[in-house]
Parts: sequence; C-alpha cells; structure tokens
Amino acid sequence: MAAACLCAETYPKIEEIIQAKGATPDSLIEILHAVQEEIGYLPQPVQEFIADRLGISAGTVEGVVSFYSYFTTVPRGRHTIKVCQGTACYVRGGKRVLEVVAHHAGCGVGETSPDMKYSLEVVRCIGACGLSPVMTVDEDVYERVKPTKVGELLDKYE
Amino acid sequence: MSEFTITINNREVPAGEGMTVLQAAQQAGIRIPTLCYHPDLPPLGACRVCLVEIEGERALQPSCSFPVRPGMVVQTHSPKVRKARRTVVELLLSDHPSDCTVCARNGSCELQALAEELGIREVRVRVEPRGLPVDDSSLAVVRDPDKCILCRRCLQTCEQIQAVAGLRLKGRGYDSIVGAPFDTPLGHALCVNCGQCINRCPTGALVEKTQIPEVWAALEDPQIFTVVQTAPAVRVALGEALGMPPGEIVTGKMTSALRALGFDRVFDTDFTADLTIMEEGHELIHRLQHGGPLPMLTSCSPGWIKFLEHFCPQLIPNVSTCKSPQQMFGALAKTYFAEVAGVDPAKMRVVSIMPCTAKKFEAARPEMCASGFRDVDYVLTTRELAQMIKEMGIDFANLPDSDYDDPLGESTGAAVIFGATGGVMEAALRTAYEVITGERLENVDITPVRGMEGIKEATVKIGDLELKAAVAHGLANAAQLLDKIVAGAADYHFVEIMACPGGCLGGGGQPLPTSPEIRLQRAEAIYQADRELPIRRSHENPSIQELYARFLGEPLSERAHHLLHTEYTPRTKQAVQVE
Repeated sequence: MAAACLCAETYPKIEEIIQAKGATPDSLIEILHAVQEEIGYLPQPVQEFIADRLGISAGTVEGVVSFYSYFTTVPRGRHTIKVCQGTACYVRGGKRVLEVVAHHAGCGVGETSPDMKYSLEVVRCIGACGLSPVMTVDEDVYERVKPTKVGELLDKYE
Repeated sequence: MSEFTITINNREVPAGEGMTVLQAAQQAGIRIPTLCYHPDLPPLGACRVCLVEIEGERALQPSCSFPVRPGMVVQTHSPKVRKARRTVVELLLSDHPSDCTVCARNGSCELQALAEELGIREVRVRVEPRGLPVDDSSLAVVRDPDKCILCRRCLQTCEQIQAVAGLRLKGRGYDSIVGAPFDTPLGHALCVNCGQCINRCPTGALVEKTQIPEVWAALEDPQIFTVVQTAPAVRVALGEALGMPPGEIVTGKMTSALRALGFDRVFDTDFTADLTIMEEGHELIHRLQHGGPLPMLTSCSPGWIKFLEHFCPQLIPNVSTCKSPQQMFGALAKTYFAEVAGVDPAKMRVVSIMPCTAKKFEAARPEMCASGFRDVDYVLTTRELAQMIKEMGIDFANLPDSDYDDPLGESTGAAVIFGATGGVMEAALRTAYEVITGERLENVDITPVRGMEGIKEATVKIGDLELKAAVAHGLANAAQLLDKIVAGAADYHFVEIMACPGGCLGGGGQPLPTSPEIRLQRAEAIYQADRELPIRRSHENPSIQELYARFLGEPLSERAHHLLHTEYTPRTKQAVQVE
C-alpha cells in the first residue's frame, strides 16, 4: 500500500524540501512536517531517505515520527474524521459515536479506510464541551452527534 | 578547575567544577544507588533512581546529572529520598515479568540487586507485562522487550560507543519500545553483533543467544569427538563469573574445568593467534614490498569486520585476508588435527569459548567451511562457559591447574596479548621486525600501542622503514580512523581495530559487570600472562613451526590460503538488511 503512493517524482520533491529547510539534523521536525504536508504521510522509505540525507540514523527519524501523534506512517484518506473522547463527550455518548463512525468509515482509530476515503482519529477535547458529543470531518464541526445520523453525515463526503 | 567542598550526609567532601553530585559522592565513598547511569556512558537522568535531596531545590534531583556548586548541601538517604526511590523502583517492577528464577540474568540483574538493596518486599501496583514477543532472530543477541526498563543504555552504547546507531526508542510513554528501526527483527537489522548492548543492559532484556544445550548434547553423545578452543581474553575474565576477583589469570583451572565437562581435547585459540601473526605478518611484509593496498587493516574482530562491511565497504581490499584465530582453528582442527589424531572430521564438533557474541555470527558465515564441514560448530561466551561449570558442580577456585593438549595447544606471549587493544599490532611487530631485518628485537614490549586511549599511534623503525601504526578500539573510534583513511589524511601502514572497548577483554561475551576499572585489571593480567610465558614471539612457537613443516608448507602457501584466508561481503548501512 505504501509503495504505490511513492512515485518517481516524490523523491525530488522531498529533496527540494530538504534543500529549502537545510540538510541538518536540526531541521528534522520541520522537514517531516513539510514532507507529510506534501505527500500525506511518512512511510519507511521516506524516513530512511530523510535520515540518509541528514546524516542521522533511521532510528532517530522513526523515534521522532513515532513520538508525535501528528505524524502518520500510513497514507491519509481524502477526509480526516476526528471523534472527541474527552470527558464531556465521552459521558454523553461519544464512545457509541466512535463505534458507529468506525463501522461506517470502514476503518479503526489511527487507520485509513481501504477505499482511501477516510482516516479516523480520536481527539481528547476540542473545547466544545457544551456541544458534546462532538466530531469533526476535515474543517467541519458536528455538534450533538446522534449515532443514528452518522451514516447520513458521512455520506456527504466524496 | 576550581576546587571546593560540598556537604553530603552532613559530611564535607571535596568537589570541583564540572563534577556531578554522583561523582563527588562516589569519590568520597558514599553510595548512591543508580540504574540508568553507567560509567562508560554520559549521564541521562532517565530512571530517577539516583534522586537526592539538595537544599534549596524545590524537587528531588538526579545526582548522576546534577552539577555540584560550592557550599551545596545534599542528603542521599533522607526519608523523603528513600520513599521516592522506593516508589521509582516499585513502578519499574510494576510491569516487569516476575520470572527472576528462570531469567538468564538471575544473579547478575541490576534491577533485582536494586530491589534487594532497597528492601522491596511488595509491589503495590501490579500490571501485566505487555506480552511482547521475544526476538531471537539474531545469531548473537536475543531481545526480550518485556524485560526492558527503557533505561536507554543500549541505545547510547550502540550510537556513541559503537557508532552503529542500530537501535531506537519508538513511541511514547508506556507504549515505548526499544528495538531496531521499523520493528525489524535483529537478525535482519543493521547490527554488528558486538554484544556491547548486552554488557550494559541492567536486566535480562538483552542476552546472548545461547548454544549451551547444543554443546551439552555434543558432550553427551559418545559418537561425537569434541574439541574446544579458548580465546586469549577468556582466561583473564572467567574467574570473575565464578566468584574470583577481576584480573586473576585462570588458564590452568579453565583447562581442568573443560576436561571435567567432558571435552575430548582442550586446545587454545592462542595457538592460532600465533598462526595469525605468521600469516598476517607475512601479508603485511608482502604488501609493504609490493605496493599495498595500505594501510592494511586487521581482521580478527568479527564485530569490526561486519561494521566495515556495512559502513565502509570501499576499504574491504585493505583488510587482511587472514581469518580470525577462531576460524583458523576450526579449519585446522577438522583437517590437520583430524589427520594427525585419526579422527573422522564428520564426527568432530569444534566448540569455541569466546569473550565475544559476534563470534557466533562469524562461525555461521557461509564461507567458513574450508575443512569441508562447518569449521566451528558452536560458540559459547565466557559467561556461558561459567554457567556450564556451575551446572556441573565444579569447585572452580580450587581446581588444580592443567596444560593444553597437543598439537593445537602451545602458544606464546605474542598470542595472549591479542586479548587487549593493541595486542595484535604488538605481536605482529615483534615478528615483522625480526623477519624483515633478520635481527633480534631487543625489547619485545612495544608500549606505545598499549593502554586504554581510544586511538593510539606509533612509529616503529624496522630497518630502513619507518612503519606507521594506528590502533583503535570501540567502533566510534574506529569510525574516526576510517574517515581519516578514506579522506586520504592518514599515511599509516598498519591499523589494528577491535570492535569492543579495551579489545576482546571488554568483549560482549565477558562476565558482568564490565567497567573501565575491570577492563584495566583484565589488561594487566593479559600483559602479566605475556611476561610469564617462556616464548614471546609467534614465529618461535615450536608447534607452529611443526605445523608449517608437516602440513602448511610456508606462510601464504596455497594450502594456507585455502584454509586460513577468507573474503568479505560488501553490505549497506540500510536499517533493514535484505539478505
């Protein structure tokens, strides 16, 4: 799955980013940010490429990528769903919402659906506790989500 | 450095700028328990076991990394400290497997010792260990992630001492895991098998891949003829694992113990160390007289060899083609000795006792079958041999001394010093000098190549030639030398490299603990053993002379090439190795 998305043009693009940010270990996190922005995720070959170009071990790069939840090593779907599991959302049915979303999206938390449509994440609070339970799809916020309406809500996205 | 005093436990103790609280305490003989701290490594402050109370500081501070300042007042065992320290260790134990009785580190585990020192009799919080799979894919190192306490000594060792950086810490918090990048099994990862991570692991998370069961099986099989060889550095360390102080030379007891275990012949890798000098010395002379390639690099240390194959394959032509003494021994045992003794090599098993875990990998290299059989069948570390001696109920300290068997047991002082950094260089120079000049070397002690400095250089006048030599131990030091050589900034003729700090005496298979002080004591014993031997030049070993006369012809002969020389495999420095 990973290799399919890494075409010949990917590496010159990464190289461009490295040149712009500076090929030193200090630039690692910035480079990772920009590369993920560009190709959507940070698979193993990309991490190894960056390690080699910065003169650091692949393990150092993987350590950083695995530490920050922002970075992902699997390809992202076209839409990112974030379901809040903070205290308020959780006690007002957020757990059930998450189950139904996972069922409709066809993937678990931290995964991407096989049709590459959705990536599913859990967030711990988005500061909208008064509207709980809350979820977001890309930039859209959905409040007081009812499990029965989840399917309809997700079907709007292509 | 300005000197001043600080107060530890109501006692004034000397300290100086740049010191840590732990250093000042240790210097004054005050014990502070530690866990992630290791004298070979820079302090990390990761485990919080060495916490102390410092007047004026809001919280308890890790003494291993906290700098001293004039007038500082420290308490190392106040009620507050003891309570915090106990909690830290209890939390480490909370998800630690409680199978101490069947753990390979039972008795040598630092976490176990710490729990004992702190008198911990219950663990208030208990959670299940994570149940992660044990990785035994490597021929040298076995990793059990459940036993890992995330102290990161192995990471620091692999990166800073060995310049391999083959391990990483993945993830965050409770889910963190140490291992090779991308969850690669160690057997397929960038690893030189040196075992230095094992030497620094405080628990049973990293241990050698044992071959004790295979060796017992061979010893118990009446159809099998068992031959054992012992490496130079084993004799100055084995005693430590059997209750003796560091620095004891136990050669004679070791041979007696090996006979008691049931080996049919007890031979010495020192014999083939002398042979290595004959072959490698003549190879050096040939290269000096025929235009290189120079510098010639030594080939005895299998951790170093694999490091070179991964990180600097362009220098493979510079490496001596000589096999290591272990592999020369295997090839000769199943040919020369089999012939002399009338033993069927198919029914012979060659066992090595090595201070090294990389030797396990070396013995299994596909090319190491010059005899027509697997030249060396099983490799045990010094620790594994000690384990077998214990299991056999042998009273090691009170064993009478005995000699090695013939014809692969006689050796010289030049061979025993292979166990210390600089030893191969010194041994080779003793022989090369006399072969090239035809004169007797007045003083065989070539001290500039001795000692624990990371990189040593020496110039030796041999006839008209000013031979430039360099010696490195620890692969980070080796990497520095390699950079110089590759950049054309060095004009050495001969370079000795050993993967492990201190040379083989600090090897990844040696008894635990191994500290800078213990390495010095083992080195002293090595040079003492050299001084005490009647012959100290490899080319004067009568058994070696007989081997050439009866079997090999002369150094670098066709037969010698077939049995005693080898070739190397260029590899990449990819984190995931494709075999």
